[in-house]
Amino acid sequence: MGDIGEFFSFLSQYMRVMRRGFVLRKNPYQKGRFRINGDRSLLVDYGDDIDLTTNRKVKRMAEILSGERLKGVQAIIPSYRNISVVYNPLEISVLELRDQILLLEDRFDQTDASVRRVVEIPVCYGKEFGPDIDFVADYNHIRPDDVILLHTAPLYNVFAVGFTPGFCYLGGLHKRLHTPRLDNPRLSVPAGSVGIAENQTGVYPLETPGGWRLIGRTPLTLFNPDRPDPFLCGIADSIKFVAISVEEFDQIRQSKAP
Amino acid sequence: MMDAFLVVSPGPYTTVQDRGRFDYQHMGIPVSGALDSFAFRIANLLVGNCTGCAALEMTFTGARLEALCEADIAVTGAEMTLKVNGKPEACWKSIRIHRGDIIRIGTARSGCRAYLAVTGGIDVPMVMGSRSTYVAGRLGGLEGRILNERDIIKRGSGALLSSPRSFPSIPLYPPEIWLRAIPDDHADYFVGGAEGFFGSAFTVGVQSDRMGYRLQGPELFREEGAPKSMISEPVMPGAVQVPPNGQAVILLCEQTLGGYTKIASVISPDLDRVAQAKPGDVVHFAPVTLNEAHAIYRDHTRYIAKLATLLSPSK
Repeated sequence: MGDIGEFFSFLSQYMRVMRRGFVLRKNPYQKGRFRINGDRSLLVDYGDDIDLTTNRKVKRMAEILSGERLKGVQAIIPSYRNISVVYNPLEISVLELRDQILLLEDRFDQTDASVRRVVEIPVCYGKEFGPDIDFVADYNHIRPDDVILLHTAPLYNVFAVGFTPGFCYLGGLHKRLHTPRLDNPRLSVPAGSVGIAENQTGVYPLETPGGWRLIGRTPLTLFNPDRPDPFLCGIADSIKFVAISVEEFDQIRQSKAP
Repeated sequence: MMDAFLVVSPGPYTTVQDRGRFDYQHMGIPVSGALDSFAFRIANLLVGNCTGCAALEMTFTGARLEALCEADIAVTGAEMTLKVNGKPEACWKSIRIHRGDIIRIGTARSGCRAYLAVTGGIDVPMVMGSRSTYVAGRLGGLEGRILNERDIIKRGSGALLSSPRSFPSIPLYPPEIWLRAIPDDHADYFVGGAEGFFGSAFTVGVQSDRMGYRLQGPELFREEGAPKSMISEPVMPGAVQVPPNGQAVILLCEQTLGGYTKIASVISPDLDRVAQAKPGDVVHFAPVTLNEAHAIYRDHTRYIAKLATLLSPSK
């Protein structure tokens, strides 16, 4: 009892001191910090902010943990700045788990994180596919064509996957494209729609309600549970958008297997 | 596999569920699965299935089904009247049904969710490692949706029982429950900290579903300057989040990421009780440490393992 209790009470006191005045420390952490996330998950934080270095660390560590298949570990769920390690408390104690994770962190440096896949997503911008493109342009005092130029320029980092199956939260959106969400979310956003919310951008994998500003649509299917690989892209990938015409949109759509 | 039931009337929210879909949480696929895992497992054991077989989860009111083959069924969970061809039958025991029988499951007198297991398990395609329905993702179960009138439900193959089985220690589902929960590191973002939360009574709101239970109660005020939300991070079933309106939500099995401040986490063995709470019920929380939670988890797992051996004498 003592050991684990002491460890976490030390941790929570430490966190409390750090949080005094609710000023959070800056990224990224040298070593992962641990938080209890209920009786079956341990959260490992690698920073306090949405930050590329922190997120790369998270993803690298998630890769290492997934590859390691630690006994008693049931799922590895990475997000912006932390990883949820889901475990069976009957197979591994939380202290053992913490020690194993800390040990694996030593591999950070030995690994090559450069082998990342770049997934190209063709997008037909504007028209009926992107009804908010003019708003985004007006809001940022640019032309709709500039929206397309600025949106297709960067290589986007996938910070997290969630909200709906396969929804990738992309960071790296150009400052001149930052636009607030809709005041009243749409009840239905078509699958494949490309949207902007504040400093983030992303593609809706399914037809769902949504409040992001829509600037275009991809003819590709991001999520299909019947495919051998159900997802077009995931947390380990980088995303590049490529502008296409309506004709190309239709061609790609028609060439897809039904 | 064979046709097992024709859905005469599905009930308001009936889905196919198994233990859940665990392997794609990093891709935003929530675990789903039977919300009351205890009642679900017992139902399967009562008809001689393994505990991984799929069953029907019925909410508030049960389904009316026409049997299309001979099979054993068992209904567990919420206290719903069960009639076969108009004749009352007991829940929490196996019942042999025959082709043409009409199975009618009524409205819950206590509890919220009932499970119907059938010999061989409900047979729907495995999608990403599970038969569970995730309605918002249109995934799993029967075409990723709730059951409709005139649906045909198939079952897997399995041996009929040589003798009936029953489960004697039926859980009660009182309208006031105590849930054990581990206080979160962020509890001190709130005025009164964890103590304020654990000292309060909450009422289950009407907007409660498999994604989460909304609680109505004293508003949980934030300390001056405390963040209203945080960067989205992975959430587990049982996480009690407090959105800016100060009204707590217990997250359940249909969400992988969450961005609201968490005040506590309900321990896994107590989630079955959440599943049986219905709008208007009263919920209290009692603090436990992680060590205590793990001891409870161990006992709970042993208890279920023991039940499994008792209920499956042949295995």
